[in-house]
Amino acid sequence: MTVPALSVQGLTTHFFTRAGVVKAVDGVSFDLAQGEIMGLVGESGSGKTVTGFSLLGLVDPPGRIVEGSIKLNGTELTTLSGSALRARRGREISMIFQDPIATLNPLLTIGQQMQLAIAAHERLGKRAALARCTELLTQVGIPSAEARLRAYPHEFSGGMRQRVAIAIALLHRPAVLVADEPTTALDVSIQAQILLQMRELAAETGTAMIWISHDLAVVSSLATKLAVMYAGKIVEQGPTAALLRDPRHPYTAGLIASLPAMTTPGTPLTQIRGTTPSLLSLPPGCPFAPRCDKQTEACVQKPAMTLDGPRGWRCFHPVGQTAGAPT
Amino acid sequence: MSAFLTIDNVSRLFGPKLNTGEKIAVKLGGKVETRSVRAVSDVTLSVSKGETLGLVGESGCGKSTLGRLIAGILPPSSGTVTIEGVPVMSNGKKVTTRVQTVFQDPFASLDPRMKVGETVAEGPIAHGLTTRANSKAYVAEWFERVGLDPVWVDRYPHQFSGGQRQRIAIARALAMQPDLLICDEPVASLDVSIQAQIINLFLELTKRLNLTCVFISHDLSVVQHVSDRVAVMYLGRIVELGPVAQVFGHPAHPYTAALFGSVPKLVLDADELVHFDTIAGEVPSPLSPPAGCYYHPRCPLASSGCRTAPPPTTPVSDVRSVACYHSDQQLDRAKRS
Amino acid sequence: MSAGPSRLALFWAEYSENKIAVLALVVVVVMILLALFAALISPQNPYDLANLSLRDSRRPPGFVGSGGYTHILGTDPQGRDLLSAIFYGLRISIQIGLAAGFVSLSIGTTLGILAAYLGGRVETLIMRLVDLQLSFPAILLALVIVALLGQGKAQLIGALVAAQYAYFARTAYGAAKAERGKDYIEAALATPLSARLVLWRHMLPNCTPPLIVVATVQIANSISLEATLSFLGLGLPVTEPSLGMLISNGFPYMMSGRYWISVYPGVALIILIVAINIVGDQVRDQFNPRLRK
Repeated sequence: MTVPALSVQGLTTHFFTRAGVVKAVDGVSFDLAQGEIMGLVGESGSGKTVTGFSLLGLVDPPGRIVEGSIKLNGTELTTLSGSALRARRGREISMIFQDPIATLNPLLTIGQQMQLAIAAHERLGKRAALARCTELLTQVGIPSAEARLRAYPHEFSGGMRQRVAIAIALLHRPAVLVADEPTTALDVSIQAQILLQMRELAAETGTAMIWISHDLAVVSSLATKLAVMYAGKIVEQGPTAALLRDPRHPYTAGLIASLPAMTTPGTPLTQIRGTTPSLLSLPPGCPFAPRCDKQTEACVQKPAMTLDGPRGWRCFHPVGQTAGAPT
Repeated sequence: MSAFLTIDNVSRLFGPKLNTGEKIAVKLGGKVETRSVRAVSDVTLSVSKGETLGLVGESGCGKSTLGRLIAGILPPSSGTVTIEGVPVMSNGKKVTTRVQTVFQDPFASLDPRMKVGETVAEGPIAHGLTTRANSKAYVAEWFERVGLDPVWVDRYPHQFSGGQRQRIAIARALAMQPDLLICDEPVASLDVSIQAQIINLFLELTKRLNLTCVFISHDLSVVQHVSDRVAVMYLGRIVELGPVAQVFGHPAHPYTAALFGSVPKLVLDADELVHFDTIAGEVPSPLSPPAGCYYHPRCPLASSGCRTAPPPTTPVSDVRSVACYHSDQQLDRAKRS
Repeated sequence: MSAGPSRLALFWAEYSENKIAVLALVVVVVMILLALFAALISPQNPYDLANLSLRDSRRPPGFVGSGGYTHILGTDPQGRDLLSAIFYGLRISIQIGLAAGFVSLSIGTTLGILAAYLGGRVETLIMRLVDLQLSFPAILLALVIVALLGQGKAQLIGALVAAQYAYFARTAYGAAKAERGKDYIEAALATPLSARLVLWRHMLPNCTPPLIVVATVQIANSISLEATLSFLGLGLPVTEPSLGMLISNGFPYMMSGRYWISVYPGVALIILIVAINIVGDQVRDQFNPRLRK
């Protein structure tokens, strides 16, 4: 087997706040092959965004990675110095965000910003740099790319701005792109365009992607495998189609069942009861137990990841299976 | 079908607010934006008692503005909004409590420095629906109806989760005993696992209280679930209107069809990634909409007629209408696929 | 449901991390207590002329006067015990600072919030007036007004208010303008609730954090402005000396070695103003989310 583009083992990121230690990411592990797209699904507070930030070493105090390993093309990132990490960030691993305005400088043209991004990591002639910028803008679906290089961020629509952010993130053909809800703020028609484009780009360039989203439908139309996060842990993972068709974790099953499309219009939806837990006061065992219909005494223990081929789940009572209590 | 809510030829323009300096600049021929945006353009519709009308469209299509015009938050530039013949606004002021609104973001729509019980109570007290002395029991009753524990009345919004806050916001609206409820993206900012709870609560309460409702959302599956009829908006105009199953099942307007096609769907029986259609291009600037049908630059069916005059709203059946010259062609396509 | 510790408890937890700010707060509280109980702890009542003896005037610190007690900080040209004079002076300074602060707070806040809420011509009128006034130095305005109104506590407070309400108006206007566009205000107006209710129950409470910050700074400013006016002889009558006047009284003797008459009241004034400002800075840092870690 070849070395995966990204290999994460036991990643644990905690925030040491006044009110207590927030275990935002608590033992997250996954592998990502070259050109593979993984959907990281979860609600607010599930740790999906902090996972993304941890991968790039962008967690700010009071948060820090307390444990775990992140291997990018075989290189361990967690032990790298700040400057060595910065040298890789943007070139080998990059990130796009929900709000592209936050990452674009309003005072520089798109062309200037892209050239600065290139110059940060390699020396390239002006002509070659411009050619690369034009090529990438065209690739992400910006019409008349060469002319648009002279435009400022505010002259682009929201969808186009996100495309520019994607183009900048892909300038150095990174091994891994972390996308944090990049289409959430966009209209569905624009979202559809970008999703299709990203699918093609991943196949073309071999860039592996982690697509973070709260929307199962969005990631399922893009990712070949999924990881579902709840309260800082991956509670279920597996190939997209299998996971959606036959979810094992009651939380995943509940999420799918609660979608309006799963119920006759006008009739009550299947709902998950309760509220998302506060990371400061998690139940001692399975974090989903208080909201779970299948909860038993066994659930006061923390369930370990049960692996079955490419699939895995953290549950003592997986849906559609008659697994016993923990030994 | 008797009309309960009547929206008669309503338009709303937003002009740029010029300060003195800009006014002088305009006089001197400076480049200052003076054009106004027609956020809502000649909308006529009626909603009958107990019905839920869904309002869908992309951002900037005017659905939220139309919601605010109906709710009496914004006065229309022209046209009238009436509930059983009585105008919602007069002289730019809201003059009825029969229509209430639930806003999108429950983190913003509740006063952070007011106890949630007071937030629910102040409207009913101000309008004599309860007295200050009885308000505790009144608020407790509404808290229970929306699934909140009445002992929480003395807490502040920051002590609640998003779903609970939205329940509080619903309690505030319903405690005014409205007949008409405007829901502006009420589940858009909630966690996925909480959305179903709030939609169920909405379905239960509208049925129990026989509420008429205008439900605004960009999420077509949510609108499909809760609405009886749906109006699809594009750049301030209603392009299609009709019973929700018919409009989404067999769209008569190419935009409806394309919008529905763009929504990523959770397909459970496919082993491959699902293909979905996309609409070419982007929504044009509302400052300079194209001539004729606003959708023609993105429309696969557009002909020369579409570029000259906007299509009139024509009935498709006795319950459906559409503003498109090529709706027959579109309906054919919808039936074939 | 996250009950957690109350906002006030969290605020204090954050505040108490800055030891200098805690010290400053202790200093402010102690000075307020000294001022409050000046009559109980002062060895002498400096306002009672019967207590004063010119034989005791301008004595250095440690001198045992005709009253039979030690003048720890010496005496002033009128024979007052300086320590007692400082306690009483603190009382007047703090009184005037607080009174001027709160009156300008009320007037400025009302104007600012009304301007933000009503908009249009009212907004233009109020805010242009405020801008105009902010372009003058406060001391100049206060001088002119005291010159017009004459001496006395009420006149002095009036002058300070006229010089300072504009700062509050500007702050309240900015805060209210930001709150005006928020959903909860729209929700209240959509109920509909009366403008009075919306302003009083929703706008005002949500505009308070920045106003508290400005209030601390402006109370310190009022105190120093009052001291300046008194130093220039435009403040209070000589019978009720404030810190500024005490400094002024000792000024002619500075060069003749009798430094204490000016220096000790000056030190008291500086400690008070610096302490209030440190408290104000810390409160501002905690209210301003951009400065948060």
